[in-house]
Amino acid sequence: MMAGAAVATVGGAVVGGLAARRLLDARRQGTRSLLQPGRDGQPRWHVVTVYRPMDQLSQLPEPLTELGADVETRLRPAPDDRGTEIAARPRGAEQIHGEDPHRAVRGALRRAKQLVETGEVLQPNRPATTRRTVLNRPLEYATRHGREEGRI
Amino acid sequence: MKAICWEGVNKVSVRDVPEPELVNKQDAILRVRRTVTCGSDLHLLGGYIPFMRSGDVLGHEFLGEVVEVGPAVHERRVGERVVVSSFVACGRCWFCANGLYASCDNGSTNPAITEKLWGFAPGGCYGYSHALGGFAGSHAEYVRVPYADHGAFPVPDEVSDERALFASDSAPTGWMGADLGGVKSGDVVAVWGAGAVGQMAARAAILLGAARVISIDRFDYRLEMTTKHIGSETINYERDDVDAELLERSGGRGPDVCIEAVGMEAHGPAPDHLSDKIKQQLRLETDRPHAVRQAIYNCRKGGTVFVLGVFAGVVDKFPLGAAMNKGLTIRSAQQHGQRYIPMLLDRMARGDLVTEHLATHELPLQEGPRGYEMFKEKLDGCVRSVFLPNG
Repeated sequence: MMAGAAVATVGGAVVGGLAARRLLDARRQGTRSLLQPGRDGQPRWHVVTVYRPMDQLSQLPEPLTELGADVETRLRPAPDDRGTEIAARPRGAEQIHGEDPHRAVRGALRRAKQLVETGEVLQPNRPATTRRTVLNRPLEYATRHGREEGRI
Repeated sequence: MKAICWEGVNKVSVRDVPEPELVNKQDAILRVRRTVTCGSDLHLLGGYIPFMRSGDVLGHEFLGEVVEVGPAVHERRVGERVVVSSFVACGRCWFCANGLYASCDNGSTNPAITEKLWGFAPGGCYGYSHALGGFAGSHAEYVRVPYADHGAFPVPDEVSDERALFASDSAPTGWMGADLGGVKSGDVVAVWGAGAVGQMAARAAILLGAARVISIDRFDYRLEMTTKHIGSETINYERDDVDAELLERSGGRGPDVCIEAVGMEAHGPAPDHLSDKIKQQLRLETDRPHAVRQAIYNCRKGGTVFVLGVFAGVVDKFPLGAAMNKGLTIRSAQQHGQRYIPMLLDRMARGDLVTEHLATHELPLQEGPRGYEMFKEKLDGCVRSVFLPNG
């Protein structure tokens, strides 16, 4: 029983660490194709579909307009009743507001979608109950960037 | 306030933690009246879902009283007694509009984690790791409820706390398995697992018109409870041959709908169980899918297998050949509670759906570790440990 628990503890920590590490490496691995140029040699578009008809989007949501001229945007209707596709990509700046341009675009798209669909951006609990340990720091990092990474 | 917290693999404690605050305008704060353990919590305790941090509050199936609402909450009122869907969903994205609430696009604060793991992110879930949003759980005196107008449902006066509690997760999860599994009049339905979710799935199948419903488990006390309170037939897989029993009881056709309500820590008598346990401990596979394999094998040609049990990662020896060659439909989901809770509360009010028997043990919050131990080890006939954080 004790040996099983020890294996589970170590195994859990290892798997958790590896999973978090994978997340940390997201830009180099899982999302590599999203960060490399598309078929036209230009930066690939990051795209979200918002569940609102295009004619109800009178202007770009604020998180995208805040990125200014460093970002190119494109709107088009999604098929049937699926809403509007909002696409954005960096124009080539090395940083946007001091941040990696792809991270900045992805974070802005996610916030824009939530604002359009729900009126606000969902925030984590405050105050948090979690305690920082050596083992959970990678996971803490991953959650801090939970909206900037991923497959958008 | 007091809360039951995850401290590490197989470590649970009761700690003082900060009270939750309104963070978003659509939040509500609930004073928790009842909150209950769930089999899927055991995956967190066992370290099989490695996205917990020390101090995370557990619990996702609960009922409480609204004590505070944000300025953009229009439907819920302070003082209301409400049951809350375990999944956090906005109610307004395409997925919510199509009844797929657990797939909500706006329910998680950390979507990148599950996008990396699974391709896309589901909604959030209370007390269910940072992979599902990192929201504090309900095993506490108070809990924050995001999107309160869409996730919290008033409980009719005629439904007791004891009954309504299970409208939060077990009942809608079980109902979903039967509903989206396509159960219809005359069907033979087999349900793997006679815990709370399995019992609710069996009851749903009966109410949807199934001719025979057969529950499968290894614990006699759970099977006896299922016969008495739910009304389904039973098979104890440690004594009876499941394959032969299902064949005989379905006229040689096999069950039309097979509902798996066991999840990633399945047990089973066959050699594949031992293989699964070793591989899971060594992290060569993350989940033990014995019950899913058995469901696929026994399901009739052209039938449906619905996976209700929680799985997190990858499994070995998945019988894709059987699924393909028999033309099975395989469906699954985290629970779309918002889709079913109002209807289930009505059924509870009418007496169609009873759940009180599931709460085999009621404990104060301070006895959280003991409640989880009884639940995990199936001690003293435990089906679910219910905590009363406010007495």
